[in-house]
Amino acid sequence: MTDPAAFSPVELLTFRVADQEYALPINSVREIRGWARPTPLPGAPHSIKGVINLRGVVLPVMGLADRLGTPAPAHNDRDVIIVVSHDDTLMGLLVDAVSDIVVVGDSGLQPPPDGFFGGCVVSALALIEDRMIRLLDLGETLALPNGRAA
Amino acid sequence: MTTTPDPMAEIRVSFFLECEELLESLQDGLDIMETTGADSDTINVVFRTVHSIKGGAGAFGLEGLVRFAHRFETALDDLRGGRVPLTSEGLKTYFQAADHLSDLVRAHREGTPTDVNENKGLLSDLDNLAAEDSVEEPLDPKIDFQPMPVALDLGLDDAPDDEIAPPNPSAPACCLPYQIKFEPTADLFSTGNDPALLLRNLAALGRMTATCDTKHVPDLAQLDPEQSHLSWTITLETNVPPCDIASVFEFVEGLCTLRIDQTDVPIIDDPAPPTLSEASGPPPSAPATKSVVRVDIDRIDRLVNLVGELVINQAMLSQSLENAGVPPYSPAMDGVEEYQRLTRDIQDSVMMIRAQPLKPLFQRMARMVREASNSVGKDVRLYFEGEETEIDKTVIERLVEPLTHMIRNAVDHGIESFENRCATDKPAQGRVTLRAAHKSGRVVIDIADDGAGIDRAKVRQIAIDKGLIPPGKDYDDAEIDELLFMPGFSTAGAVSDLSGRGVGLDVVRNAIQTLGGRITVLSEPGQGTTLSISLPLTLAVVDGMVVRAADETLVIPLNFVIKTLTPEPQDVDSLRPGYNMLKSGSGLVPLFDLGAMLGYREAPDALDGTDVLLIGDDDKGKIALAVDRIVDQRQVVIKGLDDKVQRAPGIAAATILGDGHIALILDPLEAASKAAPRHKALPYPTSVTGAIS
Repeated sequence: MTDPAAFSPVELLTFRVADQEYALPINSVREIRGWARPTPLPGAPHSIKGVINLRGVVLPVMGLADRLGTPAPAHNDRDVIIVVSHDDTLMGLLVDAVSDIVVVGDSGLQPPPDGFFGGCVVSALALIEDRMIRLLDLGETLALPNGRAA
Repeated sequence: MTTTPDPMAEIRVSFFLECEELLESLQDGLDIMETTGADSDTINVVFRTVHSIKGGAGAFGLEGLVRFAHRFETALDDLRGGRVPLTSEGLKTYFQAADHLSDLVRAHREGTPTDVNENKGLLSDLDNLAAEDSVEEPLDPKIDFQPMPVALDLGLDDAPDDEIAPPNPSAPACCLPYQIKFEPTADLFSTGNDPALLLRNLAALGRMTATCDTKHVPDLAQLDPEQSHLSWTITLETNVPPCDIASVFEFVEGLCTLRIDQTDVPIIDDPAPPTLSEASGPPPSAPATKSVVRVDIDRIDRLVNLVGELVINQAMLSQSLENAGVPPYSPAMDGVEEYQRLTRDIQDSVMMIRAQPLKPLFQRMARMVREASNSVGKDVRLYFEGEETEIDKTVIERLVEPLTHMIRNAVDHGIESFENRCATDKPAQGRVTLRAAHKSGRVVIDIADDGAGIDRAKVRQIAIDKGLIPPGKDYDDAEIDELLFMPGFSTAGAVSDLSGRGVGLDVVRNAIQTLGGRITVLSEPGQGTTLSISLPLTLAVVDGMVVRAADETLVIPLNFVIKTLTPEPQDVDSLRPGYNMLKSGSGLVPLFDLGAMLGYREAPDALDGTDVLLIGDDDKGKIALAVDRIVDQRQVVIKGLDDKVQRAPGIAAATILGDGHIALILDPLEAASKAAPRHKALPYPTSVTGAIS
């Protein structure tokens, strides 16, 4: 997903993490849930907040702010968990709030400047109503430092 | 045949499933022959099972299997016909042949038939068992059972040639010709059978001429390709009895109209099609056939999961009713209680679907005993009790290794040598008993031998020599027996000359413990040794102790918990800050704060006055865990954790509590030994504690 020219018009779910706007392709989003306190998982990476009960499935939850390296805002009961699936992995992403669903044509997306965003967690940028939206590469986001997808 | 791989693959799978059953009844038959002698019914059953395996194998072109089964069958046939007597030597060979046959079946199932070497010695033993005149007709599989490489399109466009298969030149000269009329039904084709193959098998019996009657084949426009329109008239010149001809059609019984006439003397005349008359002996197995459904294990697992959800859902419902202030004996609460009872019943029933009898496992062990006793030159017989006891399929699979280990131990070290047995007035044949029974919601399996029992003085000496225990300390018998389970007690060099037991029993105990089981040993000098395993019925639920630590709820499987206690201040001593030891009986046990061990919080200064669980087994050493509160003791449904998320060792699984929250299920010993290596107790004192307290 590093070549933005490959995008055709795509529906994006936009959401806020630490006062910044991010987006994910809507087809990778399974559902959006209100906040539930995760059960902490000893020994898990810092960004894994723990596990929650998703209708009988034990779902790991990742704090997206921790994963992106931005300072995590204080927990707020209005926090939202976006359940995403990628390569058979189900994961909850803890974000501040869900904003909107937007449709972006491939002309509206541009690659991020080189050297930014260390890894390639952000695969493209878009300008929508004067707000900069960062499109996340889900595979990279879910890949944890130990090399295993998480 | 070759053009439709998928249905064939399916039939192949069910053939191998049938083989399992056939091999099981073969073992049963041989067992009966061993205990009560050879009555003709049993021999027939044994013969028929081998014959059925051969027939099925022939249909799939499994040559090696056919070849061996044929030799075995020939030997059994002579036994059946009374041409050779049943001897104990012969029985031994039959057992070995049955073992070899099951090896072959397994190898063919896994598609590696070359892995099993042809056992020349066994073959010649079998041939020696066969009466002389029957040995010299070795079957040529090339003619008899070669797979048909031609696709037969249900007789649609290329009906087989009128003349099929040249007469078998090696077949014995004819006597009375048979007239066979064979008309397959559509079902014969839809079940994957192939008339061409049947005709080939017939051709192997003698000189055959087959004419295909195609006059019922309709015009192409009217042709229903799913229907059968062909029939054959066969003339067979052979000297085999009619039942052998009927047995060629054994596998298509009921799928065809068949009429076998001997030109002069009609022997089989079956006026009632489409049933094939039963001409060759009694049916293969027990008359009381249970009706059985084969179900994909995935479907059952799905059901197990759903019922797990139901149990959780029920707990949540009853809790929310309680929270809503519904009075306890109101109709609503009564209803919920009834709901709870029903869900438990459903859960139990579903778990029972996964349960399977232990018998096949025991039979594998019987083989192990035969092999082990042969290799050490002892005469040992394995007896079963309660082999119909059922236990979860997964548990059975994971019992193979530990049981094998224990059985070998019993034969190798438990049973004395022949000379020693004679000297003590014991029967020359050693006896190992596998005994299974349900006991209070668990399955208990005993492995008992009538050997010399544990030589405790020797065990103690070895433990001292290996530095596992300090010399000059007193141990009672039970404590010495426990030494056998200590890691490092047995190494190959030391045990081979040990008359007691002890090959890697620590490994066995670990395996049993991961199954949620416990193992104990009982030994009476001169009388024998009994190892007793107690196992949960299923791996899907676990009896757990629900505790709170650092504001988290955690579950510790009950089989790890030895006891709970609330220590007084004088019972806890600090080794150095943060490292505490608890006095327990005559020993000291390292005491950890559970919340701190899992990294939830800093270790508190004082650990006295809190609830403490004494955890563990002697092989890993005991530990004590301080928790904030013991909440409950109950069955919880085990939920696997996503393996891709890394987590600390000792976090075994998770469960969903009544309030919908997730609680982690711990493996406390692993958590203590791996999660926090700095907490690891000094090796020497731990083992000592384990052994003496």
